[in-house]
Formats: sequence, C-alpha cells, structure tokens
Amino acid sequence: MLVIDDVTAGYGDFTALRNASIEVKAGEAVAVIGPNGAGKSTLMRAISGMIPLKGGTITMEGQSISSIPAHKIVETGIAHVPENRRLFARMSVEENLRVGCYAKPFRAAFDKRLEFVYELFPRMKERRNQLAGTMSGGEQQMCAIGRALMSDPKILLMDEPSAGLAPVIVQQVFELIRRIRAEGLTVLIVEQNVQQVLKVVDRAYLLEAGTIRHSGSSAELLGSEDIRKAYIGV
Amino acid sequence: MMEIINEYVFSVFFVETLLNGLLYGGVLALLSLGLNLIFGVIDVVWICYAELVMLGMYTIYFMHVRYGIPLIPSSVICVLMVALLGYVLHRIIIAHVLGKAPINQLLATGGVLFFLQSIATLMFGVEFLSLGVSLGSFQLTEDIYLSKSQFVAFIVAAAAVAGMYFFLSRSYMGAAIRAISQDREIMILMGVDANRLYGITSAIGGGLAGLAACLLALQFDVHPFVGISFGPIVFMVCVMGGLGNLVGGFIAAFVFAELIAIGGYFADLEWGTVLAFCVFVITMFIRPEGLFARKS
Ligand SMILES: Nc1ncnc2c1ncn2[C@@H]1O[C@H](COP(=O)(O)OP(=O)(O)OP(=O)(O)O)[C@@H](O)[C@H]1O
Ligand SMILES: [Mg+2]
Repeated sequence: MLVIDDVTAGYGDFTALRNASIEVKAGEAVAVIGPNGAGKSTLMRAISGMIPLKGGTITMEGQSISSIPAHKIVETGIAHVPENRRLFARMSVEENLRVGCYAKPFRAAFDKRLEFVYELFPRMKERRNQLAGTMSGGEQQMCAIGRALMSDPKILLMDEPSAGLAPVIVQQVFELIRRIRAEGLTVLIVEQNVQQVLKVVDRAYLLEAGTIRHSGSSAELLGSEDIRKAYIGV
Repeated sequence: MMEIINEYVFSVFFVETLLNGLLYGGVLALLSLGLNLIFGVIDVVWICYAELVMLGMYTIYFMHVRYGIPLIPSSVICVLMVALLGYVLHRIIIAHVLGKAPINQLLATGGVLFFLQSIATLMFGVEFLSLGVSLGSFQLTEDIYLSKSQFVAFIVAAAAVAGMYFFLSRSYMGAAIRAISQDREIMILMGVDANRLYGITSAIGGGLAGLAACLLALQFDVHPFVGISFGPIVFMVCVMGGLGNLVGGFIAAFVFAELIAIGGYFADLEWGTVLAFCVFVITMFIRPEGLFARKS
C-alpha cells in the first residue's frame, strides 16, 4: 500500500533521515521504533508532506505522493496523528473533528464519519462541546485520533500515541489500536513503548541515527537479545 | 461632588454621548475584526490597513459622486475593489515576507502605507472630498438626537460582524481559519492549502476594510491622510484586545469608543482620544499581552 523508497529528509542542511526504505502492505500494522532523535517523527512528517523530501520517492497504492501538492496527500488516504496530539486547543472537540474533514472530497461524509468517531469514542460525544485544550491527555489523544479518522483514511500514521499517558490509559491506547485494525485500517505507528507495541503490530523497523538498522516480524524483534537490552530493558 | 455627578452623569447629554460611543464602536469593531483576522491567520500585521480604507473611501467617492452610480451599488463596488486590493497586496508583497523577521514585515507593510498615501496624493490631490450624502438625524427621545449615518454605520457593521461570526463558527473555511491561527504547521495534515487560505483571508480582510470605508465615507471627508485619524486607534484596539483575539478585539473596540466619547464629553473632542491613549498605555503596563490575552 505505502512504499517508502530510499527516502532522505531533514531540516535545512541537517539530514535527519537517510536512505530509508519501508513498506506497509494493506491490512498490516507496522511499527517504527528507535531512540529519541532517531528520525522517527521526521519519517512520519516526510510521508504526510509536512517536510519535503531531499531524495527518494513515496508511493501510495502505486501513486507517487512526492510529486503532488503536500495538502493533497491526505486525499490519497493517508491520515497522520501528529506527535503531541496537536489539537486546536481553543476549539471544541466537534470543531476539531470538522477541521479533520476540511478537504472537499470528505465533506459530504461528515455526518457519517462523525457518527463513526463517536461510536469509537463515546467519551468524545459526551465532550463534543468542550474546548479541546481543557481535556485530559487521554481524551486529547482520542480526539486527535478521531480527527485523523474523519477523512476515512486507508492508512493511519500515529506518532507516539501513548506518550505522556498514565499506564492505564496506555493500555487503552493499545487496545484502541487493535480495534482500529479490526476496522480494516492499515497502521504505521511510531512508539517508544516497544514491548507493548510489538504485541499489536505485525512487523517493525528499528531506526537509529536516521538510518534503518533492523527490520523483522514482531516475534523476531521481541526475541532479539540486542533489542530487548536496548529498548525493552529486560 | 454629588452635584457634579448629578449634573454631568445623569444628564441626557451623557446618555447621548454613550450612545454615540456605542455607534462609533461598531465601525471600530468591524475594522479591528479585519485586522485581527489577517494577523491571526497570516501572522503579519498590516500596518497599511487604514490606507486600504482610505482607498476604499476614494473608490466610493468616485463611483457615487463622479460617475453618478447610486450609493448601494457604489458600496458593493467599493467592497469588491478593496477585497481585490487586499488579495493583490498579499500576493505581491506579504507572501514574500511570510516567516521573515517581524521588522522586515513591518518595513514592508509600512512601506506600502507611505506608498498608498503618496499614490493617493498624486492621483487625487490633498483636498478634502465629501460624498455629499446627508442622512440627517433622528430623534430618539425628547432630547436625544442621533445621526442617521452613524446609526446606519452601526447597524451595517454589527450585521457584518455577526455574519463573520457565523462564517467563522459554522463553515469549514471558517473553522480552518481559526485553526490555522492556533497551529500553522499541521494544517497540511488537514488537507488545507495554507497559501490559498492566506489569499482568501486577505480578500476578506480587504472586504471588511472596504465596507468600513463605505460607512466612514458617510460621516467623514476623504483625503490621502484620512487613515491617520482611525488607523492608530484600530491598532490600539487590536493590541488592547490581544492581537489575533477576535472576541477581545470586539470588546476593546467598544471600550475604546466609549472612552473617546466620554473624554470628549467632559472636555474637548480631542481629549477623548487623549484619554483613550492614556488608558491604552496604562493597560499595556499592567497587561502587556492585552486585556483579553490568553494563556499560551
Ligand atoms: N523542526 C526541526 N528543525 C531542525 N531540526 C529538527 C526539527 N525537528 C527535528 N529535528 C532534528 O531531527 C532529528 C530527528 O528528529 P525526530 O523528531 O525525527 O526524532 P524522533 O525519532 O521522532 O525523536 P523522539 O522520539 O524524541 O520524538 C533530531 O536530531 C532533531 O533535533
Ligand atoms: Mg518524535
């Protein structure tokens, strides 16, 4: 579905991601793990067009997305839940969801998508008129995921959805990822919570200092001595 | 003391003053909405905003007085002209200073201010031109008279502000406009073409300036430097309300207008402006972020 081929990206002269190649097949859930500053978020930003590529190509279902305007990428079926949620704090939950449905092709389905999101997160329906910035961290994460789901994406990119949340809520987030997968969505997720994430994804890539160092099935990575030592700490 | 209060505050003239302040506040609210909208969305302060109003006043003057077009169609032309001007200003100047140091943006839009003043002087001369429309006044109670043109200006401005409120709160475009002022970077994830939004916002801001021009032309003569008489006030209103804060700007517009009116009531008209400036300066000492600043 999503093919990232030999992609290099960065900020100004600085290269944060070097010659990365990743593939996500339809229906799969794939994780990207790695230490702080490895370039995980950079990879996500490159896919969704927040930063331009310095090299390589990205294709979504055979269509090159490196050559279309960045704001059109969401229309190819890629939705991105950014790091730190990035809600519009001074707007209500429902207004946040509305902005997620901004692109013209999505608008007709607004009511249907809203219903879908409210079914997935009944809490959001209760809080529909609350200002997003006044909600708890867990609720904000739900809202951020809901906002991304408004565009009825084929693939959902999630950048550290469990960051900064209490252990109970983290459990809920991973439970949620299972449910999203069950809905038939393809998932590409960045996580620090390696042990947990490897339980919900099929495969994972290990990114270190801007380069892909390893890739393999969840079971393989969970079994690898090096990875256990470095990222799981047991 | 009580006598003074009785004589001044409980007089019908004071009530009339407050009403006049309220009416003036409407146009100020309209202008501060336009300026705040542009600042919130594009993150550039249009120092030359009042000069767009000035050109708008010339537009309606020429349409109505020179070409004999009736007032309402002239006003529509004026609004469209200034909206176009706002859009063009964005495309040829502002778009090139986006994300640059604020001082460069200030110099660019400040340069446009002087450019527009000079162009107006060259083209139209420095004489004061009047629309020559007098709507007269009407009697509210036995002793209170209100100018009809001020009243019309207030009603139209209030309707425009209400219309903008609905646009911003009910439409996709409006939601995106408020969203982009909160988080510019992620708008791409929402499928928003920021440049297009900037262009549209500039046209809306211009249109509001054009509408204000029509309303002001009913009350004031136009000359190349007419912007000075309300431009600085609009800036202070916006800063006092918290730059980019639409609701804050709305409230500040009426606070300012009442201060000017009340100061003018107790002393000369000019003292009203002095009073408002003093309150502004004191406010800035106490709350540099504006009266209605948000926690960031
Ligand atoms: N906007 C930016 N401008 C300049 N450099 C940046 C910017 N964003 C990230 N970087 C740099 O790029 C590198 C990779 O950053 P990135 O955010 O992709 O890391 P990450 O793997 O997501 O880390 P974390 O786990 O802490 O979120 C870092 O060295 C970072 O300092
Ligand atoms: Mg990151």
